[in-house]
Amino acid sequence: MKNSFPRTIQSVIIVLVVAGLVMLALGGYFGSITNWFTRLTIGSQTWLSSRFLAITDFMTSPRDMASLRQRNIELEAEVSKLQTQIIELQQQVIQTDVLSALVDFARTNPENTYKAASVIGRDPSPFLRYIIINVGSNEGILRGMPVVTQQGLVGRVDAVISEAARVQLITDQNSAVNINLKNTGTKAILTGSLTGGLTLGMIAHDVLMNTNDVVLTSGLGGDFPANIIIGQVVNVSNRESDLFQTASVQPIVDFSKVEFVLVIINFQPVNINPLISTPGP
Amino acid sequence: MAILLAIPVLGFATMIQTAILSRITLLSGSADLVLVILTVWALQEKVKTAWHWAVAGGLLVGWISGLPMFIPLAGYLLVVVAARLLQRRVWQAPLLAAFIVVVVGTLISHGLVMAYLVITGTQIQFENAISLVTLPSLLLNMLLVIPTNYLVRDLARLVYRTEIKE
Repeated sequence: MKNSFPRTIQSVIIVLVVAGLVMLALGGYFGSITNWFTRLTIGSQTWLSSRFLAITDFMTSPRDMASLRQRNIELEAEVSKLQTQIIELQQQVIQTDVLSALVDFARTNPENTYKAASVIGRDPSPFLRYIIINVGSNEGILRGMPVVTQQGLVGRVDAVISEAARVQLITDQNSAVNINLKNTGTKAILTGSLTGGLTLGMIAHDVLMNTNDVVLTSGLGGDFPANIIIGQVVNVSNRESDLFQTASVQPIVDFSKVEFVLVIINFQPVNINPLISTPGP
Repeated sequence: MAILLAIPVLGFATMIQTAILSRITLLSGSADLVLVILTVWALQEKVKTAWHWAVAGGLLVGWISGLPMFIPLAGYLLVVVAARLLQRRVWQAPLLAAFIVVVVGTLISHGLVMAYLVITGTQIQFENAISLVTLPSLLLNMLLVIPTNYLVRDLARLVYRTEIKE
């Protein structure tokens, strides 16, 4: 065979075959074969690469998991911190709203001078209705000063130390406030009770009282300034067997939710006890 | 040390009492943490300072409260009396004894307050006072007994073990 095809002829044939294949390829006759080959190559490459990456992941995953866990903890801590900040900011917004309302109230009542205070506690005994506020004699608070909110009357200062004061609420059962019914001008005495309810007493039977009458301080007795709103009459009891008629009053202030109050520091309560005559022996 | 410890422990308890527990009411009743602590403290076998703690608690609460100082003082001393009497009889079941003393102590302290209010001229409807104030307070006090019992018991063990070592 070697002798029948000299080396030159073999070379020429090979060159012609290669040139023919190149010409066919350039002419696009090998497109499908090329595509198949390319797909096969890329598929193989992809498979190989994915397996390699899978093995690499498997080998390095413990380290990544640890770092991810660490990162997760950090992010959870960050989320908790941000949630705390949101709650604090919401609380501040609420406090700002309340303080803003108190400032508005003070502006609309310029005749009085106010000192704002936070409620920091309540009386330990459930029989008494007192609150403890965070201003005291250092801020000019004196015993007997009236305490209000933007809604209405709260009570009066009962005891004072340098940095705090105790306030007797009008719902305390030992509290008595002289009041005035706005619509009729009727004078009466408002007393607290064990359960925190307010009752009007000392009203003669012939006085007409209606539900929804607005109750204001009268200023009589000198304990409170006049015309501070207290609440509304919700129920009238007029039994002939009783000496006076009575009425229940719904206070306008929600005493269970009072957080900030205003102490009227320019009001001097009047002690009228020396003027009250005592029966002789 | 056990006597001095009364001031921070009862001071902190009074702060919790006025700032938190007095706002958590059931009907018109609220828990008395100082009373519960004094009860559990007085029932601990090795404790010898229950009287001092009662005086400290009474003075602290009397100073803050609108009540005259002798009312909580007398109430807490009577609670310690009840605890000491019961401790000698049911010493093997301190939790049961704590519940009994808290019931008795709450009734005694509320009875004293009601008596004082009546004497000073306040009109009290006893039915309302018992059903709306005393019984709800009793329930809240009993709820406090279990956690307080474990905390105070551990405190007593810590204090008296330290004192024995000294």
